[in-house]
Amino acid sequence: MAILSTFAATQTRSRALVYYRDLVLVLLAKEFKVRYKNTFMGYAWSVLHPLVLALIFSLFFSVFVRLQVPDYTLYLMAGLFPWQWVSNTCFGANGYFLSNASLIKKVRFQRWMLVLSGVLNEAIHFVCSLPVVIGFMLYYSKSPEWNWLWAVPLLLGIQIVMMTGVGLFIGTCNLFFRDLERLVSLLVQLLFYLTPIVYTADMIPPGYTWLLYANPFAALIVCWQDLFYAGALTPAFLATAAAWSAAWALMGGCVYACKVWRFAEIV
Amino acid sequence: MFNDVAIRLRGVSKRYYLGSPVGEGFKHLILHLPSQIKALRQRRPFHALTDVSFDVRRGECVSLIGRNGAGKSTTLSLIAGVLRASAGKVETYGRICPLLELGAGFNHQLTGRENILLNGVLLGLTRREVRQRTAQIIEFSELHDFIDAPLRTYSSGMVVRLGFSVAVHLDPDILLIDEVLAVGDARFRTKCFERMEHFRRRGTTMIFVSHDTGSVSRISDRVALFDAGRLIDIGEPGRIIDAYQQRSLAA
Repeated sequence: MAILSTFAATQTRSRALVYYRDLVLVLLAKEFKVRYKNTFMGYAWSVLHPLVLALIFSLFFSVFVRLQVPDYTLYLMAGLFPWQWVSNTCFGANGYFLSNASLIKKVRFQRWMLVLSGVLNEAIHFVCSLPVVIGFMLYYSKSPEWNWLWAVPLLLGIQIVMMTGVGLFIGTCNLFFRDLERLVSLLVQLLFYLTPIVYTADMIPPGYTWLLYANPFAALIVCWQDLFYAGALTPAFLATAAAWSAAWALMGGCVYACKVWRFAEIV
Repeated sequence: MFNDVAIRLRGVSKRYYLGSPVGEGFKHLILHLPSQIKALRQRRPFHALTDVSFDVRRGECVSLIGRNGAGKSTTLSLIAGVLRASAGKVETYGRICPLLELGAGFNHQLTGRENILLNGVLLGLTRREVRQRTAQIIEFSELHDFIDAPLRTYSSGMVVRLGFSVAVHLDPDILLIDEVLAVGDARFRTKCFERMEHFRRRGTTMIFVSHDTGSVSRISDRVALFDAGRLIDIGEPGRIIDAYQQRSLAA
């Protein structure tokens, strides 16, 4: 009897796992199809945006301003692609819950799955843009190192957790303060310039380097640049990125957990 | 686990705070901080539901009737687990399929077939379980010719048909139906009622909200009458429906 009941318990537990996987997959597929249903270029759009930015910045900073950064275009790409993911999540997060209002009002399901599927959607776009980065690396006669095998999944994991936390935080707060969107876009803009993307981390004067650690996204972006541009990760930045990721997950998770039961009332 | 109660409400109340001060946005809150804090202190709750208790036995069909704003839909949302009670306890046993709004999870950009999968999974089935039922769902909805067209090309009646078809093929233990059958045409409504009869025979617990006393008396074992957030009476359909009509006339 005892064996039977444990068997039943594992049965339901494994079904629950399958169910959650399916829920994420279905929501992910929905996002994808909706996004690309009416566009020809689909994937190209998501690559084009950082690509155009990179070209503008490289014209501006390496031709006009003459920043002394070798392989500057590659350096820009290494920061702009992961940043695109960060900023897309911050903007998208405003709508993760709001745009699914009818669903939240009428159906009981794990609402954070909406955020997770949105973040995974961005993650897939990011991974799909890696060939473009590799293309630029090859152009500058660099190539992916063996450490990508563990470092890319590790950084992806850190960023997925971080973005999910950010998404839960912004998504939840935006239900209560509908004009948060404006504030978020301002902050994202601000953080973009406080993150070494168009300039390098070692251009920052000694008095200001604390900004690299205080900025929640800077360490993560530096890690990606280390990987794509320099070829090796810096442990201090990796640890900082992981810490911020945990902090965001905790913060987002707490805010979400405190307020999730009110979603159906206020959405 | 082995009791014969499917749904149990004990002293359930639901309060809302209307006109939440923060609803105006962040800027408004900061700019009008003193008056906002005052408003926050003085806000009064709206009692959507007050001290409601009743049990629904396994396999029973209970209809909720009452005027608009009486608390029927709030009760359904509480049972569905979408809302949380301010006081009291709501217990449910078994998998619930809420039909609070047909096609709530539908996306109008996706095709009918894609929506079947999406909605089925949102309502608690795995993908494999939905796929096993897809043919039956399409069959029941009679939308063969349109199933691969985007939902935005559907008429509202077609969306309802698809929504109902998905919901009734999920084999729920508890089915919650919120006056959704008013939309379909007469033939489809007949079909829906046949389906509900089928659920009754199979022992599915049903909660049905409707203003149509004819279908209420036809389908339910018991009827619950709500007014102004309170459960007035619950019992045999004929008697309660009479009481409801008396009240409506009196009012």
